[in-house]
Amino acid sequence: MRKDYRLEKRKYVIGGFLLLIATIYLFRLFDLQINDSKYKTYADNNAFLNKTIYPSRGLIFDRNGELVVFNQPAYDVMMIPRDVQQFDTLDFCNTINITHDQLMTRFKEMKQSPGYSSYTPQVLITHLSAQDYGRLQEKLYRYPGFFIQKRILRQYNHRAAANVLGNIREVSPGDIERDPYYQRGDYCGDLGIEKSYDKELRGEKGVEVLIRDAHGRIKGRYLDGAHDVEPVSGRNLKLSLDVRLQEYAESLMVNKIGAVVAIQPKTGEILAMVSSPTYDPTLLVGRQRGKEYRNLVNDKYKPLYDRSLMAAYPPGSTFKPGQGLILLQEGIVNLSTAYPCTGGFVSGRLKVGCHAHGSPIPLKPALQTSCNAYFCWGFKSLIDRRSKYGSVAEAFEVWKHHLVSMGYGYKLGVDLPSEGRGFIPNAKFYNKIYGEGHWSANTIISVSIGQGEILATPLQIANLAATIANRGWFITPHVVKEVQDTLLAEEYTSRRYPTIDERWYNEVAEGMRMAVTGGTCRIANLPDIEVAGKTGTAQNPHGRDHSAFIGFAPYNDPEIAICVYVENAGFGATYGVPIGSLVMERYLKGEIAPDRKHLEQRMLESNTMIYSGVKKH
Amino acid sequence: MASRNINASPFKGVDWFTVVLYLLLVIAGAFSIYAASYDFDNASIFDFNEFSGKQIRWIGLSLILGLVILLVDARMYETYAYPIYLMVMVVLLLTIFIAPDIKGSRSWIVLGPMSLQPAEFAKFATALCLAKLFSGYNFVLNAKASNYVKALAIIFTPILLIIGQHETGSALVYLGLFFVLYREGMSSLILLSAVMAVTVFIVTVKYTDPGVMAGITGGQFGVYIIVMLIMVLLTGLYSKTLIVARNLAGGFLASGLIVWILSLCGVAVPGHIFFIVVIVAAGIYCVLEALRSHAPKILAAVAAAGIAVIFMFSVNYVFTDVLKPHQQQRIKVALGIEEDLLNAGYNVNQSKIAIGSGGLAGKGFLQGTQTKLKYVPEQHTDFIFCTIGEEEGFLGTSLTMLLFVILILRVIAIAERQPTTFGRVYAYCVASYFIIHFCINIGMVIGLCPVIGIPLPFFSYGGSSLWGFTFLLFILLRIDSARKTRH
Repeated sequence: MRKDYRLEKRKYVIGGFLLLIATIYLFRLFDLQINDSKYKTYADNNAFLNKTIYPSRGLIFDRNGELVVFNQPAYDVMMIPRDVQQFDTLDFCNTINITHDQLMTRFKEMKQSPGYSSYTPQVLITHLSAQDYGRLQEKLYRYPGFFIQKRILRQYNHRAAANVLGNIREVSPGDIERDPYYQRGDYCGDLGIEKSYDKELRGEKGVEVLIRDAHGRIKGRYLDGAHDVEPVSGRNLKLSLDVRLQEYAESLMVNKIGAVVAIQPKTGEILAMVSSPTYDPTLLVGRQRGKEYRNLVNDKYKPLYDRSLMAAYPPGSTFKPGQGLILLQEGIVNLSTAYPCTGGFVSGRLKVGCHAHGSPIPLKPALQTSCNAYFCWGFKSLIDRRSKYGSVAEAFEVWKHHLVSMGYGYKLGVDLPSEGRGFIPNAKFYNKIYGEGHWSANTIISVSIGQGEILATPLQIANLAATIANRGWFITPHVVKEVQDTLLAEEYTSRRYPTIDERWYNEVAEGMRMAVTGGTCRIANLPDIEVAGKTGTAQNPHGRDHSAFIGFAPYNDPEIAICVYVENAGFGATYGVPIGSLVMERYLKGEIAPDRKHLEQRMLESNTMIYSGVKKH
Repeated sequence: MASRNINASPFKGVDWFTVVLYLLLVIAGAFSIYAASYDFDNASIFDFNEFSGKQIRWIGLSLILGLVILLVDARMYETYAYPIYLMVMVVLLLTIFIAPDIKGSRSWIVLGPMSLQPAEFAKFATALCLAKLFSGYNFVLNAKASNYVKALAIIFTPILLIIGQHETGSALVYLGLFFVLYREGMSSLILLSAVMAVTVFIVTVKYTDPGVMAGITGGQFGVYIIVMLIMVLLTGLYSKTLIVARNLAGGFLASGLIVWILSLCGVAVPGHIFFIVVIVAAGIYCVLEALRSHAPKILAAVAAAGIAVIFMFSVNYVFTDVLKPHQQQRIKVALGIEEDLLNAGYNVNQSKIAIGSGGLAGKGFLQGTQTKLKYVPEQHTDFIFCTIGEEEGFLGTSLTMLLFVILILRVIAIAERQPTTFGRVYAYCVASYFIIHFCINIGMVIGLCPVIGIPLPFFSYGGSSLWGFTFLLFILLRIDSARKTRH
């Protein structure tokens, strides 16, 4: 037996070779299995299909518990491009009632949309009807890579309050960036309370973890659903709106441009909030949403622009009760102080016109007759009282400060998106225009009667009516009365007090009552309800005067305060007062007295749009 | 050391350690196959309609087979080595003509309900035959060139026949027998050149970006550097002093420095010309040294350098013109040149995902999603290792590798304790087969080797493979157990 020991050593080379390879493999395995966690993700992406389960969106009721907005199911055809195999496109198209061209276009659009990935579910066709859905469901096994996603669309019981309700739309890339809750294809609230209460309404998405094999076939639920998350339904909302009143007010505003805001003074709850022209909220539901939305955007009357809280109107004479309060508070006038009105306010070469009534008159009759001269004189004596304020600028700041405390000049904080703030100038503003010390009450006299630079939203104007109705306080106006299982934010339950002593409000309220009983608002003098009110006729650069009205009723225990603003409709008494009084009557009595039917009829049928200067194509 | 007790129990002297390793591997294999073919609707590991059930039947039969092998007189294997080899080669040849075409391969013989792959049985037959050749009286491999011819003929006959069956992967396994030739005296230079050839091939194919020098790729630059290192190494090894090696190293460094300085001055020296001039100069120097100091072995350095450079130039030709497109693709995927996740790279990528997602301790038995949901093709056969990786994690894979390494080292130890050349050579053949299967199969699954479809011994589903390895191992155990009873 030979044994060559030199050769025997070669066993170490062979063994060493094996150990070397094994070590390399060990390092590689360490790298794959322990160092690098991406493979776990890859494997999960392969195996698990996270199917989103959409919660039902919160329902919306009106203040009387009437269902206003509810959900209807819709079905989206989804596809995971990677998993799609050759399929019979013609049969597919026939099943869901689209043409072959539409399908091809959709494919193209889908691929070009941002965030497209062939690995994740993509929306191919949205909002299938229940019928098409049923047909497709039967045949779905023939189309691997496709599945149906149940979605929720909004449906409306009343074709009203579109501006308050808002609607829902598919999220944009910007939405996703702002709120990581959203994923592509989700819906979020757009405009109205759908937007401002989106977090409450949307609930929480659930997820179903499905197992998917190499061929894209769903093999069942992962661990029998142990990792599934049940969706949480959105919270229901109860509006402060009275949807019937809203519908009625909208009908009165047909063919008019403007707004109506009615508030329950005691609570700050908005009873009706009309922006006219408005639109049918059902237009923005479903597949035609995009087209309809574009139409609304292009509409010259801007129906999507919520005039009730965005528009900045000159308040005109509706500004006067507030002026009266400031003059009383500052001690510029007392109840017997009377100013002359000789067909208007005349100071040097400056003249502000007025209409015929007795002269001189104190505050209450001045409110009753809407005397411009009284408020010009009052304003002038306030601004020019250097003995008290030191300078015009400081006097003006005091004046402005009172207005701001009444809710003018800044957003009131209504629970709706895009509230406007109106405009109340400050002293700096005039310093800039006229130079410091180069302006006085005469320079800016028109602000005293709610003209000139003064601008306010109908909501702010209505809020003043509510404040006077309450005799000295208001609660931030809001449209949502209750959110299911949640307390209403404190700002919608606590009183805000303007910087005016409560004792002055009764005086101003009395003046407004006199305007109804024997002044500019006589049309609002209902037989069995004590109404107080104030007209407004606002000059504006767009044509005929705007017709405005504020009021509240009943006089001693107000249930409703209102602002009506109709663009280019002339005197406040012609449109503002009738519409305002009809809405109040309707709300307080539930019906319109027979002798006022003709008034109602006239409002329903009249058209002031023709004076607006907006040419419809 | 003669024993008179011929009737001693056939199990006396059996290396039980190896048997235990065998059983561990086979049982782990059965569980892996069960896991790999487990479906959600499927319940029993013993269901004979499923892979795992069938495999358990194969395992049962292999145990009987192992028992039978142990009962046969060890001398029978040596005596009938040539007839067995001849018979198997004839079957291999016949298979080419009678086997049905299954996915382009003609390697399966269908016998009633079962099909067998003769190539798996050719392994032990070839091992026996090679062992028999080496155990011939006074046979010394290096003594005559004709000995090499005989040995290579024994090795290449099954290779050619199996290539004829379009099973290139299975044929490559026999190249592992070069380990045996090496152990029996073949020059290390041949093994070294094989390693070098592979290195040159990989470096040249993988690094094709323009390198540091003008006109050559990074890979070619690397090969030139390797050639220089080899020249220094071999001259150092084969001459009596280190002077030649030192001079060569100095010369290489100096020339490199000059080129570097020139390149700083903005003179781009053409890469190929520079290196070839330097290497030819070094070669001439070596030849002169060899003549002067009568050390002809130094010439090996020159030969190695020359062959390496020529090989480098032919690699591109070999790669693009000799290899088939799908083979090129597999090599590119293994070298990480291309991803190609849909075709050639799909298996490997999914397999890497499966293994990589296992983490340290794995997802748990039957919890692997990659394998359960059939993301890895061939997961119960060639890619079985990824089931282990996914479900048992790094612990599972390293333990499995450890078992294999221990088994192979044990077989090498057994080989070295054999009193006969026949026993030793046979045992080395067994070790070589295992080494090749281990390296290629696991390497392919973890993406370090090109995809070459050969099974992981004892794990991959299939009766032929299991039986083939059982034959190999138990014949070894039988020869080993008989070593003390023989003269």
